[in-house]
Amino acid sequence: MDGDFKYVGQKRRVKEDRRFITGRGRYAADLRLPGMLHVAMVPSPYACAEIKGVDASAALAMPGVRYVLTGDELFEHINPLLSGLDLPHVKRVPLAHCRARYAGEWVCAVVAETRAIAEDAAELVEIDYDMLDHVIDPEEAIKPEAPLVHPEHGSNVLFDKTWTWGAVDEDFAAAAHSIEYRARWSRCSTIPIETFAVTASWDPGREVLDVWASIQMPKYPEQIARGLRMPVNAVNVHFDIDVGGSYGLKRGIRQTIIVGYLSRVLRAPVRFIEDRLENLSGGEMHGPDRIFDIEMAYDDDATIRSIRIHATDDAGCYPGRAPLQLGKPVSAIVGPYRIGSAQYRAMSVTTNKTSQEAVRGFGQAPTNFAIETGIDKIARTLGLDRDEVRRRNMVRADEFPWRIPSGSEYDSGDYHTVLDKVMKAAGWDDLLARRDALRAEGKLAGLGLSTCLEPSGGNSSFEPLFNPKNDTTTWMEACLIKVDMLGGVTATINTSTSGQGHETLVSVAVGETLGIDPDKIRAIHAESLDALPSNSPVGSRMAIMLGGAAAGAAKKIKQKMIDIAAHNFQLPSDRLVYEDGDVFVDGEPDRKMTWFEIVDIAHRKYHDMPLGSEPGLQANFTWEVPTGGALPAEDGTVQMYPCYAFEAHIPLVTIDRDTGQVEIHDYFIGHDCGTVINPDIVRGMTLGGIAHGIGAALYEKFEYDRETGQLLAGSFMDYLLPSSHEVPSVEIVKHSTPSPLTEFGQKGSGESGYLGAPAGVASAVNDALEPLGLHLDTLPMRVRDIERLINGRET
Amino acid sequence: MSEHTIKLTVNGREMEGRAEARTTLVDFLRDALDLTGTHVGCEHGVCGACSVVMDGVPVRSCLIYAVQAEGAQITTVEGLEGADGALSPLQDAFWENHAMQCGYCTPGMLIATHALLQENPDPDDEAIREAIGGNLCRCTGYQQIVEAVKMAAAKMRGA
Repeated sequence: MDGDFKYVGQKRRVKEDRRFITGRGRYAADLRLPGMLHVAMVPSPYACAEIKGVDASAALAMPGVRYVLTGDELFEHINPLLSGLDLPHVKRVPLAHCRARYAGEWVCAVVAETRAIAEDAAELVEIDYDMLDHVIDPEEAIKPEAPLVHPEHGSNVLFDKTWTWGAVDEDFAAAAHSIEYRARWSRCSTIPIETFAVTASWDPGREVLDVWASIQMPKYPEQIARGLRMPVNAVNVHFDIDVGGSYGLKRGIRQTIIVGYLSRVLRAPVRFIEDRLENLSGGEMHGPDRIFDIEMAYDDDATIRSIRIHATDDAGCYPGRAPLQLGKPVSAIVGPYRIGSAQYRAMSVTTNKTSQEAVRGFGQAPTNFAIETGIDKIARTLGLDRDEVRRRNMVRADEFPWRIPSGSEYDSGDYHTVLDKVMKAAGWDDLLARRDALRAEGKLAGLGLSTCLEPSGGNSSFEPLFNPKNDTTTWMEACLIKVDMLGGVTATINTSTSGQGHETLVSVAVGETLGIDPDKIRAIHAESLDALPSNSPVGSRMAIMLGGAAAGAAKKIKQKMIDIAAHNFQLPSDRLVYEDGDVFVDGEPDRKMTWFEIVDIAHRKYHDMPLGSEPGLQANFTWEVPTGGALPAEDGTVQMYPCYAFEAHIPLVTIDRDTGQVEIHDYFIGHDCGTVINPDIVRGMTLGGIAHGIGAALYEKFEYDRETGQLLAGSFMDYLLPSSHEVPSVEIVKHSTPSPLTEFGQKGSGESGYLGAPAGVASAVNDALEPLGLHLDTLPMRVRDIERLINGRET
Repeated sequence: MSEHTIKLTVNGREMEGRAEARTTLVDFLRDALDLTGTHVGCEHGVCGACSVVMDGVPVRSCLIYAVQAEGAQITTVEGLEGADGALSPLQDAFWENHAMQCGYCTPGMLIATHALLQENPDPDDEAIREAIGGNLCRCTGYQQIVEAVKMAAAKMRGA
């Protein structure tokens, strides 16, 4: 199917890149407005404390200081922020109100003429605290004696529900074997190099709040308006701001409410750019923090009959969308496997840590890691090769569409072929021989394998699943295309972009549909006041949803042009053929109207238009997620995401016996995300996702001190990001099984690599540890964790 | 806090601006000289997003005070294009290889590898990875950056 396209899948320079290589990107921090004021936050030094009073007099006395905003004042004038769950007594607020609930939580916002003055003044704000007991460990938090993070809620459990899909108990009883294990995914995040930045400017003349932000968030303008008690049509988000990386994370609604409120009070533009400490400690952008207790029931031939997953997730202190990250994995709760029944207990717990936010994969990467850990264990127990166990359980190519116990239907795939291809390209047997040769030299060497899914085309089915009061069943995306009077084509993107190359995507989708060179098409980011509905680039959805919306709008343009030509030829429209912008009579290529002739008629010659038609040449199209639109059934079954991409990872690692350091020598990935629209973009996302996954597997952790509740990873000296030394060169083995549900057969790839790399690296490390009779099922597998394990010391 | 006038040469042009003694070079470049191509990432010398060439050497402009740059020759990402606006071979190779996604670390990556290619016209993978070892990228996994630098080096050598 890839071969049938003129522009889709072709090598093409990415439109956005030109401004980035010349230093002309326009990021939120690059904006300069006259009279702009700057914010610095005053953080809580305590993990839990009552705020008894604030004395800002010394700060306010400093020259250049304009305002000190307290949580009390803000609370009076705003609505609490949106929660993913139905928790009326847990109020998420931008500044701590009455009580600070984690170390680093922002208590006051200081506004000054420069950021430096604001920081100086922040140190002078005196806050009277009464220290309270805190709880950091989620398993401690659910004990009856634990201090309550939100006393009004009455418990530290935010959500606890068990779904049983199929005959789980019967399948366990009938299976020859079962295993039980715990897998731990520690709190880490996708931390972009750009922190969150936002400027808000209230214009009393227009009565509009303009917002420029490094944002990646569904319904951002609506959430600002709701928070600030304004109409949505008084908020104008400038989506043309370049976002310096997000990977799900940049949901700075608290930050935006603070500057939005301040801008209205001070009648001046107000800007807040997190410094790195504010970002890591108080920015509320940590990722999943999850304990999996899993049981799998399987037979002698390794057929896995059933799975029970109990996931306990530490949401941190305010449950925004964090608990929903337990919901998305319902979409692929049995991985790529034909597991006949499943039980899933999802438990979200609150603790005195910074809040969790959406991270690449929305909970799927931890779940994939947890499932894959069990697959390897079954192989080891049965003495079978790891690929063989997977082969025996993976859904077969002729079985699609395949419905899994939790109700989602996998659209298409050819998992066995992808696995075969990557093992062949990697030279699996040669890698095993190399591993064994390294072992013979006395080294700890391991070969890893993981096979995982990337659910894509994100919609919101987990929202009603986790909160029955929320009956949202659409997660649409839209595009407006205008053909101007001289024949130029401009298409809109109705959200911001954080590196995904949406301008390139839209240009190719429109170019393909209209038969026009994508380089001649302009794609622009709308402002929210003139934007069509969007749900932002989350859930690996934009190739599918924005690509589909753009193609849908382009088809309408095409039809209008055919109708105009048909009218002028005095023929029915179905006698006309559109090709590369021109329209001719079927079978009579000489009877033709050119692109420019038709455009000219549409814009100027109403007398040549079909009677009653709309002048000009523009069209918009809003697309509902394919397979979307339904509420979950009574038993919780629901079609979650429409498309399922597949990936198989093969890393070869060694471990230094003395230091515990893991080195990745070779890395192969087989990847099938259907039709690829831009090969460089998809490749880059996959390679970058693997780098993120290596970080989650080996380095990245937001460590907290249990005694004091302090975050111990407040800089890049403590929170380690993989550099060019840690990330190896990766070979991608491509395969394409088009999706039957999308315009060009594309699936998502925005989370590729990340969804299987942690599992793959963990598999390799455990393979290396096996000769020692050791295993490690906790991520990250840091140098010191491995060293202590090898040397028999407690980790 | 005392203020100082700082004169220096940026991208071949003599410039001057005012800054407090505590102002970092990156803030000075961005705020006083309006050169926003250089980005702030961590402000503690780890991520390399703020890299500029100062007197021939790539440095982290978040770890240098503006006053320390008095009289210095600075090259920022804005200075990599030709006078006619033509892309340098390195910039062109970054584009050709899509050696970025969000673009935020890109100026620092360009500066680090620009400095590398001045020293070493034919770097191998290891040398390139070493040169960008102090520049963090969260989007790419570095591979397309390494490929871009190799392509640029080959082009500049006329290979």
